[in-house]
Amino acid sequence: MKLHIKYDMNICSRIILREQMDKLQLPYTITGLGEIEIKETVSTEKYEELETNLNKYAIEIINNPKNVFTQKIKDAIVEMVYLEEPLATIKNSAYLAKKLNRSYTYISGVFSEVTFTSIQNFIILQKIERAKQEIIEGKETLTEIAWKLNFNSVAHLSNEFKKNTGLTPTAFQRIIKKRKETDFTSQQ
Amino acid sequence: MNHDALHILLADDDDDDRLFFKDAIEEVKVKTVVTMVNDGVELMDYLNKFDIQLPNLVFLDLNMPRKGGMECLKEIRSNNRLKDISIAIYSTSGLEKDIEETFVKGANIYIKKPNDFEVLKDILAKVITINWQYHTSGLNRENFLLNIQ
Repeated sequence: MKLHIKYDMNICSRIILREQMDKLQLPYTITGLGEIEIKETVSTEKYEELETNLNKYAIEIINNPKNVFTQKIKDAIVEMVYLEEPLATIKNSAYLAKKLNRSYTYISGVFSEVTFTSIQNFIILQKIERAKQEIIEGKETLTEIAWKLNFNSVAHLSNEFKKNTGLTPTAFQRIIKKRKETDFTSQQ
Repeated sequence: MNHDALHILLADDDDDDRLFFKDAIEEVKVKTVVTMVNDGVELMDYLNKFDIQLPNLVFLDLNMPRKGGMECLKEIRSNNRLKDISIAIYSTSGLEKDIEETFVKGANIYIKKPNDFEVLKDILAKVITINWQYHTSGLNRENFLLNIQ
Protein backbone atom coordinates (compact mmCIF):
# COMPACT_ATOMS: atom_id res chain seq x y z
CA MET A 1 0.00 0.00 0.00
CA LYS A 2 1.40 3.38 -0.94
CA LEU A 3 0.73 6.44 1.17
CA HIS A 4 1.24 9.96 -0.09
CA ILE A 5 1.87 12.31 2.74
CA LYS A 6 2.32 16.00 3.16
CA TYR A 7 4.08 17.49 6.11
CA ASP A 8 4.98 20.84 7.53
CA MET A 9 8.64 20.96 8.55
CA ASN A 10 8.04 23.94 10.82
CA ILE A 11 5.49 22.05 12.86
CA CYS A 12 7.63 18.90 12.93
CA SER A 13 10.72 20.73 14.13
CA ARG A 14 8.80 22.67 16.74
CA ILE A 15 7.37 19.45 18.19
CA ILE A 16 10.83 17.89 18.30
CA LEU A 17 12.20 21.00 20.03
CA ARG A 18 9.43 20.93 22.61
CA GLU A 19 9.98 17.25 23.34
CA GLN A 20 13.72 17.73 23.81
CA MET A 21 13.29 20.88 25.88
CA ASP A 22 10.70 19.15 28.08
CA LYS A 23 13.25 16.43 28.81
CA LEU A 24 15.52 19.09 30.30
CA GLN A 25 12.84 20.04 32.80
CA LEU A 26 13.69 23.74 32.74
CA PRO A 27 11.25 26.59 32.11
CA TYR A 28 11.59 27.79 28.50
CA THR A 29 9.85 29.69 25.72
CA ILE A 30 10.26 29.11 21.99
CA THR A 31 10.15 32.61 20.53
CA GLY A 32 9.67 31.40 16.97
CA LEU A 33 12.66 33.07 15.32
CA GLY A 34 14.92 30.05 15.79
CA GLU A 35 15.32 31.15 19.40
CA ILE A 36 14.65 29.39 22.66
CA GLU A 37 14.81 31.34 25.87
CA ILE A 38 15.63 29.27 28.95
CA LYS A 39 14.62 31.05 32.11
CA GLU A 40 17.24 29.52 34.41
CA THR A 41 20.96 28.89 34.12
CA VAL A 42 21.75 25.65 32.35
CA SER A 43 24.53 23.36 33.63
CA THR A 44 27.20 22.37 31.12
CA GLU A 45 26.04 18.77 31.46
CA LYS A 46 22.47 19.59 30.55
CA TYR A 47 23.59 21.88 27.71
CA GLU A 48 25.72 19.11 26.23
CA GLU A 49 22.93 16.58 26.66
CA LEU A 50 20.53 18.92 24.89
CA GLU A 51 23.00 19.55 22.09
CA THR A 52 23.60 15.80 21.58
CA ASN A 53 19.88 15.07 21.53
CA LEU A 54 19.14 17.87 19.09
CA ASN A 55 22.03 16.84 16.82
CA LYS A 56 20.30 13.49 16.31
CA TYR A 57 17.60 15.44 14.49
CA ALA A 58 20.15 17.55 12.59
CA ILE A 59 19.19 20.52 14.76
CA GLU A 60 22.22 22.59 15.69
CA ILE A 61 22.79 25.14 18.40
CA ILE A 62 24.50 28.09 16.71
CA ASN A 63 27.28 29.95 18.50
CA ASN A 64 28.83 32.52 16.17
CA PRO A 65 26.95 35.89 16.26
CA LYS A 66 27.05 36.35 12.50
CA ASN A 67 25.75 32.81 12.00
CA VAL A 68 23.02 33.53 14.54
CA PHE A 69 22.03 36.68 12.68
CA THR A 70 22.12 34.90 9.32
CA GLN A 71 19.70 32.31 10.64
CA LYS A 72 17.40 35.17 11.71
CA ILE A 73 17.62 36.63 8.20
CA LYS A 74 16.73 33.27 6.67
CA ASP A 75 13.81 32.84 9.05
CA ALA A 76 12.54 36.33 8.23
CA ILE A 77 12.82 35.65 4.49
CA VAL A 78 10.97 32.33 4.77
CA GLU A 79 8.24 34.03 6.78
CA MET A 80 8.00 36.76 4.13
CA VAL A 81 7.79 34.29 1.23
CA TYR A 82 5.19 32.08 2.91
CA LEU A 83 2.76 34.86 3.79
CA GLU A 84 -0.77 34.12 2.65
CA GLU A 85 -1.28 37.61 1.25
CA PRO A 86 1.64 38.94 -0.81
CA LEU A 87 3.10 42.26 0.29
CA ALA A 88 2.66 44.10 -2.97
CA THR A 89 3.33 47.53 -1.57
CA ILE A 90 6.52 46.99 0.37
CA LYS A 91 9.90 46.04 -1.06
CA ASN A 92 11.79 43.01 0.25
CA SER A 93 14.65 45.19 1.48
CA ALA A 94 12.32 47.48 3.43
CA TYR A 95 10.48 44.51 4.95
CA LEU A 96 13.69 42.85 6.12
CA ALA A 97 15.24 46.07 7.42
CA LYS A 98 12.12 46.72 9.48
CA LYS A 99 11.75 43.14 10.69
CA LEU A 100 15.38 42.76 11.76
CA ASN A 101 15.86 46.33 12.89
CA ARG A 102 19.12 46.86 10.97
CA SER A 103 19.96 48.56 7.69
CA TYR A 104 19.57 46.47 4.59
CA THR A 105 23.22 47.12 3.73
CA TYR A 106 24.30 45.50 6.99
CA ILE A 107 21.86 42.62 6.57
CA SER A 108 22.94 41.78 3.03
CA GLY A 109 26.62 42.16 3.95
CA VAL A 110 26.46 39.61 6.78
CA PHE A 111 24.33 37.25 4.71
CA SER A 112 26.76 37.19 1.80
CA GLU A 113 29.74 36.76 4.09
CA VAL A 114 28.27 33.75 5.86
CA THR A 115 26.43 31.99 3.06
CA PHE A 116 28.56 32.91 0.00
CA THR A 117 25.39 33.90 -1.82
CA SER A 118 23.18 37.01 -1.98
CA ILE A 119 19.87 37.67 -0.23
CA GLN A 120 18.22 38.14 -3.61
CA ASN A 121 19.31 34.63 -4.64
CA PHE A 122 18.05 33.19 -1.39
CA ILE A 123 14.69 34.92 -1.75
CA ILE A 124 14.26 33.59 -5.28
CA LEU A 125 15.28 30.12 -4.08
CA GLN A 126 12.61 30.21 -1.37
CA LYS A 127 9.98 31.49 -3.80
CA ILE A 128 10.79 28.74 -6.28
CA GLU A 129 10.62 26.21 -3.44
CA ARG A 130 7.17 27.41 -2.53
CA ALA A 131 6.17 27.39 -6.20
CA LYS A 132 7.31 23.75 -6.40
CA GLN A 133 5.17 22.79 -3.42
CA GLU A 134 2.15 24.60 -4.87
CA ILE A 135 2.69 22.95 -8.26
CA ILE A 136 2.89 19.51 -6.63
CA GLU A 137 -0.27 20.13 -4.62
CA GLY A 138 -1.97 21.01 -7.89
CA LYS A 139 -4.71 23.13 -6.30
CA GLU A 140 -3.77 26.43 -7.96
CA THR A 141 -2.99 27.55 -11.47
CA LEU A 142 0.39 28.98 -12.40
CA THR A 143 -1.24 32.40 -12.64
CA GLU A 144 -2.50 32.17 -9.06
CA ILE A 145 0.89 30.91 -7.87
CA ALA A 146 2.66 33.77 -9.64
CA TRP A 147 0.41 36.33 -7.96
CA LYS A 148 0.76 34.72 -4.52
CA LEU A 149 4.54 34.85 -4.79
CA ASN A 150 4.69 38.43 -5.96
CA PHE A 151 5.98 37.72 -9.46
CA ASN A 152 5.07 40.27 -12.16
CA SER A 153 3.44 37.62 -14.36
CA VAL A 154 3.29 33.89 -15.12
CA ALA A 155 6.05 34.42 -17.67
CA HIS A 156 8.19 36.00 -14.94
CA LEU A 157 7.59 33.00 -12.66
CA SER A 158 8.31 30.53 -15.49
CA ASN A 159 11.49 32.39 -16.40
CA GLU A 160 12.79 32.45 -12.84
CA PHE A 161 11.76 28.83 -12.39
CA LYS A 162 13.60 27.79 -15.56
CA LYS A 163 16.62 29.96 -14.72
CA ASN A 164 16.79 28.41 -11.28
CA THR A 165 16.10 24.77 -12.11
CA GLY A 166 16.76 24.44 -15.83
CA LEU A 167 13.26 23.01 -16.19
CA THR A 168 9.93 24.63 -17.00
CA PRO A 169 7.22 24.39 -14.33
CA THR A 170 5.35 21.99 -16.63
CA ALA A 171 8.34 19.68 -17.09
CA PHE A 172 8.83 19.75 -13.32
CA GLN A 173 5.23 18.76 -12.75
CA ARG A 174 5.53 15.94 -15.28
CA ILE A 175 8.68 14.54 -13.65
CA ILE A 176 7.21 14.60 -10.14
CA LYS A 177 4.07 12.87 -11.41
CA LYS A 178 6.15 10.12 -13.10
CA ARG A 179 8.24 9.70 -9.97
CA LYS A 180 5.14 9.03 -7.91
CA GLU A 181 3.94 6.49 -10.42
CA THR A 182 7.17 4.45 -10.36
CA ASP A 183 8.03 2.22 -7.45
CA PHE A 184 10.17 4.62 -5.55
CA THR A 185 10.53 3.25 -2.04
CA SER A 186 13.12 5.60 -0.57
CA GLN A 187 11.43 8.80 -1.74
CA GLN A 188 8.02 8.08 -0.13
CA MET B 1 27.15 27.17 7.86
CA ASN B 2 30.64 28.12 6.87
CA HIS B 3 32.52 25.92 9.36
CA ASP B 4 31.08 22.70 7.95
CA ALA B 5 32.55 21.09 4.81
CA LEU B 6 30.46 19.59 2.02
CA HIS B 7 31.40 15.97 1.28
CA ILE B 8 31.51 15.26 -2.43
CA LEU B 9 32.07 11.98 -4.23
CA LEU B 10 32.87 11.69 -7.93
CA ALA B 11 32.42 8.42 -9.84
CA ASP B 12 34.14 8.69 -13.22
CA ASP B 13 36.36 6.25 -15.12
CA ASP B 14 38.26 8.91 -17.08
CA ASP B 15 41.55 10.13 -15.47
CA ASP B 16 41.51 13.49 -17.27
CA ASP B 17 37.87 14.18 -16.37
CA ARG B 18 38.62 13.41 -12.73
CA LEU B 19 41.59 15.78 -12.65
CA PHE B 20 39.62 18.47 -14.48
CA PHE B 21 36.85 18.12 -11.92
CA LYS B 22 39.21 18.20 -8.92
CA ASP B 23 40.94 21.38 -10.14
CA ALA B 24 37.62 23.10 -10.80
CA ILE B 25 36.18 22.15 -7.40
CA GLU B 26 39.20 23.57 -5.60
CA GLU B 27 38.29 27.01 -6.93
CA VAL B 28 34.79 27.00 -5.44
CA LYS B 29 34.39 29.14 -2.31
CA VAL B 30 32.39 26.65 -0.26
CA LYS B 31 34.61 24.30 1.75
CA THR B 32 34.55 20.79 0.25
CA VAL B 33 36.09 17.37 0.86
CA VAL B 34 36.33 15.32 -2.34
CA THR B 35 36.57 11.54 -2.76
CA MET B 36 36.96 9.84 -6.14
CA VAL B 37 36.13 6.37 -7.40
CA ASN B 38 36.75 4.83 -10.81
CA ASP B 39 33.51 3.06 -11.61
CA GLY B 40 30.09 1.95 -10.41
CA VAL B 41 31.27 -1.13 -8.52
CA GLU B 42 33.76 0.92 -6.49
CA LEU B 43 31.05 3.50 -5.91
CA MET B 44 28.52 1.08 -4.48
CA ASP B 45 31.21 -0.71 -2.41
CA TYR B 46 32.19 2.65 -0.94
CA LEU B 47 28.63 3.76 -0.18
CA ASN B 48 27.75 0.42 1.39
CA LYS B 49 30.54 0.59 3.97
CA PHE B 50 29.10 1.21 7.40
CA ASP B 51 31.93 3.12 9.00
CA ILE B 52 32.30 6.02 6.57
CA GLN B 53 30.69 9.46 6.65
CA LEU B 54 28.29 9.44 3.73
CA PRO B 55 28.82 12.10 1.07
CA ASN B 56 26.28 14.94 0.73
CA LEU B 57 26.61 15.06 -3.03
CA VAL B 58 27.58 12.35 -5.54
CA PHE B 59 28.57 13.15 -9.13
CA LEU B 60 27.79 10.16 -11.28
CA ASP B 61 29.10 9.59 -14.80
CA LEU B 62 26.55 7.65 -16.82
CA ASN B 63 29.07 5.76 -18.93
CA MET B 64 31.30 3.71 -16.66
CA PRO B 65 32.63 0.18 -17.10
CA ARG B 66 31.56 -2.68 -14.78
CA LYS B 67 28.52 -0.78 -13.49
CA GLY B 68 27.06 2.29 -15.18
CA GLY B 69 25.46 5.43 -13.77
CA MET B 70 21.80 4.49 -14.33
CA GLU B 71 22.24 1.21 -12.46
CA CYS B 72 23.98 2.99 -9.57
CA LEU B 73 21.22 5.60 -9.52
CA LYS B 74 18.57 2.91 -9.16
CA GLU B 75 20.53 1.15 -6.41
CA ILE B 76 21.17 4.32 -4.46
CA ARG B 77 17.56 5.46 -4.65
CA SER B 78 16.21 2.12 -3.47
CA ASN B 79 18.47 2.17 -0.41
CA ASN B 80 16.87 3.99 2.49
CA ARG B 81 20.20 4.57 4.17
CA LEU B 82 21.37 6.71 1.24
CA LYS B 83 18.26 8.83 0.84
CA ASP B 84 19.81 12.11 2.00
CA ILE B 85 22.50 12.07 -0.68
CA SER B 86 21.98 14.49 -3.58
CA ILE B 87 22.86 12.90 -6.90
CA ALA B 88 24.24 14.83 -9.86
CA ILE B 89 24.39 13.02 -13.18
CA TYR B 90 27.52 14.13 -14.97
CA SER B 91 27.29 13.08 -18.58
CA THR B 92 28.29 13.79 -22.18
CA SER B 93 24.71 13.17 -23.35
CA GLY B 94 22.28 16.08 -23.71
CA LEU B 95 19.09 14.40 -24.92
CA GLU B 96 16.03 15.78 -23.14
CA LYS B 97 14.45 12.35 -22.95
CA ASP B 98 17.51 10.92 -21.15
CA ILE B 99 17.65 13.90 -18.84
CA GLU B 100 14.03 13.54 -17.79
CA GLU B 101 14.52 9.82 -17.27
CA THR B 102 17.34 10.41 -14.81
CA PHE B 103 15.19 12.90 -12.89
CA VAL B 104 12.28 10.45 -12.82
CA LYS B 105 14.66 7.76 -11.52
CA GLY B 106 15.68 10.06 -8.67
CA ALA B 107 18.60 12.21 -9.78
CA ASN B 108 18.59 15.74 -8.40
CA ILE B 109 20.93 17.39 -10.85
CA TYR B 110 21.84 16.81 -14.47
CA ILE B 111 25.04 18.30 -15.87
CA LYS B 112 26.14 18.03 -19.45
CA LYS B 113 29.96 17.78 -19.26
CA PRO B 114 31.49 21.02 -20.57
CA ASN B 115 34.78 21.13 -22.47
CA ASP B 116 35.79 24.47 -21.09
CA PHE B 117 37.44 24.65 -17.64
CA GLU B 118 35.97 28.05 -16.80
CA VAL B 119 32.48 26.80 -17.66
CA LEU B 120 32.99 23.74 -15.43
CA LYS B 121 34.11 25.99 -12.58
CA ASP B 122 30.97 28.10 -12.90
CA ILE B 123 28.74 25.05 -13.08
CA LEU B 124 30.31 23.42 -10.02
CA ALA B 125 30.10 26.69 -8.10
CA LYS B 126 26.40 26.93 -8.90
CA VAL B 127 25.66 23.28 -8.09
CA ILE B 128 27.59 23.32 -4.85
CA THR B 129 26.14 26.63 -3.69
CA ILE B 130 22.57 25.52 -4.35
CA ASN B 131 23.18 22.11 -2.79
CA TRP B 132 24.71 23.90 0.19
CA GLN B 133 21.52 25.94 0.53
CA TYR B 134 19.53 22.70 0.65
CA HIS B 135 21.95 21.21 3.17
CA THR B 136 21.81 24.21 5.52
CA SER B 137 18.36 25.70 5.04
CA GLY B 138 16.17 22.64 5.58
CA LEU B 139 14.70 22.77 2.09
CA ASN B 140 12.96 19.70 0.73
CA ARG B 141 15.58 17.70 -1.17
CA GLU B 142 12.92 15.58 -2.85
CA ASN B 143 11.91 18.64 -4.87
CA PHE B 144 15.50 19.51 -5.67
CA LEU B 145 15.84 19.33 -9.45
CA LEU B 146 18.46 21.21 -11.42
CA ASN B 147 19.19 20.82 -15.10
CA ILE B 148 22.38 22.44 -16.42
CA GLN B 149 23.04 22.44 -20.14
